[in-house]
Amino acid sequence: MNRTLANISAVPGEVKPQKRRTESARRPSFRQRRWVKGSLLPAAVIALWELGSLGGGIDPLLFPAPHTIIAEFWNMITTGELQSHLKISLLRAAAGFLLGGSIGLFLGIFAGMLRPVEDYIDPTIQMLRTIPMLALTPLFILWFGFGELSKVLIISLGAFFPMYINSFQGVRSVNAKLFEVAEVLEFSRSKQITKLLIPEALPNILLGLRLSLSFAWMALVVAELMGAERGVGYLIQDARSFMQTAVVFIGVLIFAAAGKLSDSLVRLLERRLLKWQDSYKGKN
Amino acid sequence: MDPLIELVGVSKTFPSQEGDIPVLDKLQLAVEPGEFISIIGPSGCGKSTLLRIVAGLEVDIEGEVLVDGVKVTKPSKTRGYIFQEHRLFPWMTVQENIAADLPLKNPEVRARVKELISLVKLEGFEEAYPKQLSGGMSQRVAIARSLLRSPKVLLLDEPFGALDAFTRAHMQEALLEIWQQNRTTMLFVTHDIDEAVFLASRVVILDPRPGRIKEIVPVALPYPRDRTSEAFQNLRTRVLRSLEHKQEEEEAWSI
Repeated sequence: MNRTLANISAVPGEVKPQKRRTESARRPSFRQRRWVKGSLLPAAVIALWELGSLGGGIDPLLFPAPHTIIAEFWNMITTGELQSHLKISLLRAAAGFLLGGSIGLFLGIFAGMLRPVEDYIDPTIQMLRTIPMLALTPLFILWFGFGELSKVLIISLGAFFPMYINSFQGVRSVNAKLFEVAEVLEFSRSKQITKLLIPEALPNILLGLRLSLSFAWMALVVAELMGAERGVGYLIQDARSFMQTAVVFIGVLIFAAAGKLSDSLVRLLERRLLKWQDSYKGKN
Repeated sequence: MDPLIELVGVSKTFPSQEGDIPVLDKLQLAVEPGEFISIIGPSGCGKSTLLRIVAGLEVDIEGEVLVDGVKVTKPSKTRGYIFQEHRLFPWMTVQENIAADLPLKNPEVRARVKELISLVKLEGFEEAYPKQLSGGMSQRVAIARSLLRSPKVLLLDEPFGALDAFTRAHMQEALLEIWQQNRTTMLFVTHDIDEAVFLASRVVILDPRPGRIKEIVPVALPYPRDRTSEAFQNLRTRVLRSLEHKQEEEEAWSI
């Protein structure tokens, strides 16, 4: 019998667990290369733009040269103007995202788990979802005024829908076969949620988080363009009316950078939380 | 000795557009504690359904299943179930999968998990994810996950059906070892005659459409069994004949 014991682990075709060290040693250079690849296109555009501006072929009123934008950018940072606008915008986006995102997450999971809840609320949510946000802003101003409340509410509305839809979808994509396992092992109701439902729905929830964050940013612009005294959206609006095109560009770039940064953070989270996934990662 | 599992007139029908289709018809079976029962039959004979009924996963039945004299109404961890596919949680490592809903932080659980990992020969793979495991290894994790709950009976639904011949032979030996160490009662569904005879103390042969017990063949060979021995081959032939008999009948009938 002892001989068979020793043989069992020597079954052909068995794999040894991957050695983590070699994998992480290879990773940095790989990441760096991808980072370089991603930067090539924007770098090329900026270089052409700068050359065109120097040659005088581009109207500086419509497209101020990159170096003047950078100079203006530096100026706004040293005076602290940019930071104060950015700070208020970040606060609004964060508040709106937390409010709308958490309600969306909760309702999505709730409706996903219970059919009656879905029957009652889902049709209404799907209907409201199709209304363009710009059409709603006048109403929000009427109801909640020009203050912070209406802005935060508009942002939370934008953040709500993607979070709701994706967490709902996540719950519904839970493998019924694994639910049977949980039944046979007699998982408690709370363990079913924490050990099965949430982990299985996590890829969708994280996707919802990414979309929700970017929708919050978009809604932020809508909210700030409709009347604000501060914030990056206001900065853009104000600069446009004085034809300070460089400042408009800075505002746009701030949005792009903040959006990309928050997206990258969630993707980092994804990589950490979903390392167990066995899905196709694209060809090299 | 009182039987551990008792099927009393168990019938099951599945509804369809042309009316109810009988799957199992008045099954009667008593399993003693510590027995190793193989259930064999052609596809569609309801052998998996039978196992699901004992597990409590199918409850809409006629008749009743008693385990330790208590009627089965829902699944229970005292009746471990090994599915055809391993059904591990892909986001959990090997040791987390075995612990499943129990906290690995608890030293008692941790010790038991460690014990079972060495029982199923997976030392060194504690931190591996299911995607890194082969089919045989995954199925061993699933078996360990069931055994952690100290079940009275292990219900196995063609657990080695998807494995290659070598791995399958190893898994059969491993399962027999576990059985001999723990004396857990086994109900093992298979469509492989060799497997059924190699493992079981009794082979239950099912007839298809509707599933009925046709014959119960006792296998009185000592363990470990030699597949090449004459006694083994004779029993194998006997089971094969019993199965073939019905198929010929059915073919004649279908023409």
